[in-house]
Amino acid sequence: MLPRVIDAYRVLPELVWCGFGVLAMLMQPFVRSRHFFTFLALIGALVGTAASVTSAMHAGPGFEGLVQSDSFSFFFRLLVGTVAFLVVLVAEPYLERERLPCAEFYALLLFATAGMGVLASAQELLTAFIGLEMSSISSYILAGYRRDSLKSSESAMKYFLLGSFATAFFLYGIALVYGASGTTKLTGMGSEELFHSTYFELGLAMILIGLGFKVAAAPFQVWTPDVYEGAPTPVTALFSAGPKAAAFALLLRIFATVPAATHFWFWAFWTLAALTMFAGNLGALVQTNVKRLLAYSSIAHAGYIMVAFAAVTFMARSGAAEAAPAYAAVLFYLLSYALVKLGAFTIVSQLGGTGEKNLSLDDYAGLSQRQPWVAAALSVYLLSLLGLPVTAGFFGKFYIFKAAVNSHLLWLAVLMAINSVIGAYYYLRVIVVMYMRESSAEAAAAPPVGFPLTLNFVLAFTVAGTLYFGLFPNQVLNFILQPTLLGR
Amino acid sequence: MLHGGHLLSVLIFFPAVGALALLLLRGDDHKFIRIIALIVSLAEFLFSLLMIRAVPAGATGYHLEEYAKWINQPPINYHLGVDGISLFLVILTTFLTPISIVASWKNIEHRVKEFFVMLLMLEVGVVGVFLSLDLFLFFLFWEVMLIPMAFLIGIWGHDRRVYAAVKFVLYTMAGSILMLVGIVWLYNATGTFDLPTIQTLLHTPASQGGLELASRTEMLLFLAFFLAFAIKVPLFPLHTWLPDAHVEAPTAGSVMLAGVLLKMGTYGMIRFCLPLFPEASRRAAGWVAVLAIIGIIYGALVAMVQPNLKKLVAYSSVSHLGFVVLGIFAFHNISMQGAVYQMLAHGISTGALFLLVGMLYDRRHTFEISEYGGLATPMPKLAAFFLFVALSSLGLPMLNGFVGEYLVLLGTYQRHWGWASWAALGVIFSACYLLWSYQRVFFGEITREKNRTLPDASAREKWILATMVVVTLWMGIGSTFITRRTAAAAQDVIDQVEPQRPYEALVPKETAPQAKRDSARAAANIVARERLGIR
Repeated sequence: MLPRVIDAYRVLPELVWCGFGVLAMLMQPFVRSRHFFTFLALIGALVGTAASVTSAMHAGPGFEGLVQSDSFSFFFRLLVGTVAFLVVLVAEPYLERERLPCAEFYALLLFATAGMGVLASAQELLTAFIGLEMSSISSYILAGYRRDSLKSSESAMKYFLLGSFATAFFLYGIALVYGASGTTKLTGMGSEELFHSTYFELGLAMILIGLGFKVAAAPFQVWTPDVYEGAPTPVTALFSAGPKAAAFALLLRIFATVPAATHFWFWAFWTLAALTMFAGNLGALVQTNVKRLLAYSSIAHAGYIMVAFAAVTFMARSGAAEAAPAYAAVLFYLLSYALVKLGAFTIVSQLGGTGEKNLSLDDYAGLSQRQPWVAAALSVYLLSLLGLPVTAGFFGKFYIFKAAVNSHLLWLAVLMAINSVIGAYYYLRVIVVMYMRESSAEAAAAPPVGFPLTLNFVLAFTVAGTLYFGLFPNQVLNFILQPTLLGR
Repeated sequence: MLHGGHLLSVLIFFPAVGALALLLLRGDDHKFIRIIALIVSLAEFLFSLLMIRAVPAGATGYHLEEYAKWINQPPINYHLGVDGISLFLVILTTFLTPISIVASWKNIEHRVKEFFVMLLMLEVGVVGVFLSLDLFLFFLFWEVMLIPMAFLIGIWGHDRRVYAAVKFVLYTMAGSILMLVGIVWLYNATGTFDLPTIQTLLHTPASQGGLELASRTEMLLFLAFFLAFAIKVPLFPLHTWLPDAHVEAPTAGSVMLAGVLLKMGTYGMIRFCLPLFPEASRRAAGWVAVLAIIGIIYGALVAMVQPNLKKLVAYSSVSHLGFVVLGIFAFHNISMQGAVYQMLAHGISTGALFLLVGMLYDRRHTFEISEYGGLATPMPKLAAFFLFVALSSLGLPMLNGFVGEYLVLLGTYQRHWGWASWAALGVIFSACYLLWSYQRVFFGEITREKNRTLPDASAREKWILATMVVVTLWMGIGSTFITRRTAAAAQDVIDQVEPQRPYEALVPKETAPQAKRDSARAAANIVARERLGIR
């Protein structure tokens, strides 16, 4: 059967992002102006994000159930689209400073975004695989975008090798699931006999490993610090916000549609969550490089989200409605987390200076004196990561707590509480360095690092978002708590 | 639901507005910034006095309630209210803030604007904690208050300030995050964060739609809350952050820390632990009392051997707060009132002690007692103030410390004479360390030449000290003004812990002479109660 027009509507954002990506590549030999490509990418990201409204208005399964356009995919498309838009803004001064070509960068960024969009809306495993590959392959190249930097190349190589390994797991998992259920469509996996099928469980386990790698869950997290550190900082910002959210989105959708999945994964998530939280937080304790510190913190936060997943699996046994608050907790957390990490990496990117030299904690000493507003913004992000009230991070953590306690996962909640305190130590350390230590003579003498308008916009946007969702989370919550979030 | 307008909201957010205004000012006109901060805090103090009218003596329940929906899912409401206990704690806060501001007039020279912004933000958090009637809102203010305090210690403190600030935050956070788990658990069981509603539900039998907790669950919940509060108080053996924080904090930070922040812990016990988990409170009371008594004696003994004057005052706080905790967990109206009174008295007298220690530090830049000696000669006025404040802190009758300690001991004695007699040791010890340190600092020969020419109290210092002294004296003789208002609220809490054990039932019915003696004692108690204005 031929695709209908309405199918195109349902994947419109991805089409737009890809289209603009291709356009950027085609124009590259002809146009020299950097600004042109920046505007092209910005418009592309924006139009794609706006197009997600169109596809949300035409909600329903597309291409005979390969993708699903619903509120859930709308939420994630908005999220990754906004992330892409902000990353373009962050990347513009960075690319200029590092003298890197920009057309390819933006094209790859848009392809990656399209891949994430596909992941978030895929209702069929091979489609999801294509989305995963689109976003991963673009990510590998983006990680190594600073070709002449050894670290960047190392980062790309590591990411590529381990990433392809994980993708292989994912693909093998699909094969097994297909073997057991006879379909790759998530909606077709509802039969009772799958509950006790070994092949099916093995397949799901492999899919979990593949996605676990993407979201940096322990014990699949080893790549994260090196890749995050080596990649150009705007790309790191993208990694920590975009692909992670998309991979979590796919995991959530698998739960919501495959009953057997929830039956089997509870203890897996319990263990993953505990391991990941400790791996991230203990690792971050000893870091002196801010970028690495944030990388470890992003592992820790994956662990917190995993706690919510454990709650999801627990509650989903007694029906989807029961699990709704836990789903909402994941979504809200991803939103708050994306805002904060983007903002934090923006600052790290700009303060890093040419060649990303100033990344150590000592370079941040006395920042509050030299650049009070930047220090204040970074403090807001760190406090949100820490989970202090009046920031979005607090509500994120609170809802996860609530979901965990709700599902009687008291011990996991207590482990999370312990981890929050460990986390508090290293986030506070950065604040302490910024506010309570004097700048080095050299740094005090140097002129303050300029923040161009684009970066200021990103900072203002993310700070405002963090505080707004920290004070008035109502609207988002009402949206993500609606019963028809995942169209079925 | 709304009766009293928005006075409480104003009280919470007025300093925040002031802080915001300060932020927008230019940073280099220090005098202007100080004046603005002072005006804001004085206005706040006057606002807080308006509350007194709304809390009539002898009335129970919450007054001036404010209620608004904030978040739908889960239902978190903006619910404020004040009762006899929180009333005076708020006034204490708003009173100590302008005092701290004046005390920091001269000795804060760098990053002046940020300092006063932090001080006002601290006030926002503390007042919010005392006025919140929604568990979630309470937790929010509880956490928010941490950051300005940490900054006050960490930026304007002394040598090991960063260590002390981080230790302070981590200790408090460890406790409060467990409390968050407890709060969420309560929400899951009751479906609301509203304190009065939860309280009613917990006190209603399950057959009538209430919630009865299994005793193990109740104990765990009690511990989750209690630990957070005990760290804040701090109860022995969780007190180790306090000496560090106090010694490293600037004078204003110490005043606020000792004056009101510690009271948040004991306030939490009165407001949450006892009414919500009465059964667990009763079961834990013995242990808590033992820890409190250890704290009283241990704090006093350690204070006695401190070579550092500020650390001495800090450890005296551990000792004095032990009295408060003991008074609360004796479950007796008089001891409970004593605890509340001791909270206020300690805020004033220890606050004043820290002010005085800070003034000595401004002159000599050291806290070592051995560096001082014979100071009464160059500065007789400061010495006189110090003596007065030390006497009030050690509980001399007619001054504020006496009322609280006496009531705590009196009430505790009715409950358990052993506890009271051990705790009474603390009173003796406090006289020892305070008078002994006073002697070493102010009397004797002048051993350091530098001390000979130290200036006496300046006009500004005299004003703040005189204010503190007047309040001390007033609280010592006019105590019924306060007890009349706290009595009903305290009885309310006791009723929830031990409804089956009204106060008079304590009198055992034995042999005739014994009964006679007891009834005489009861009569004396009734007289005492009337004198104190208890129902």
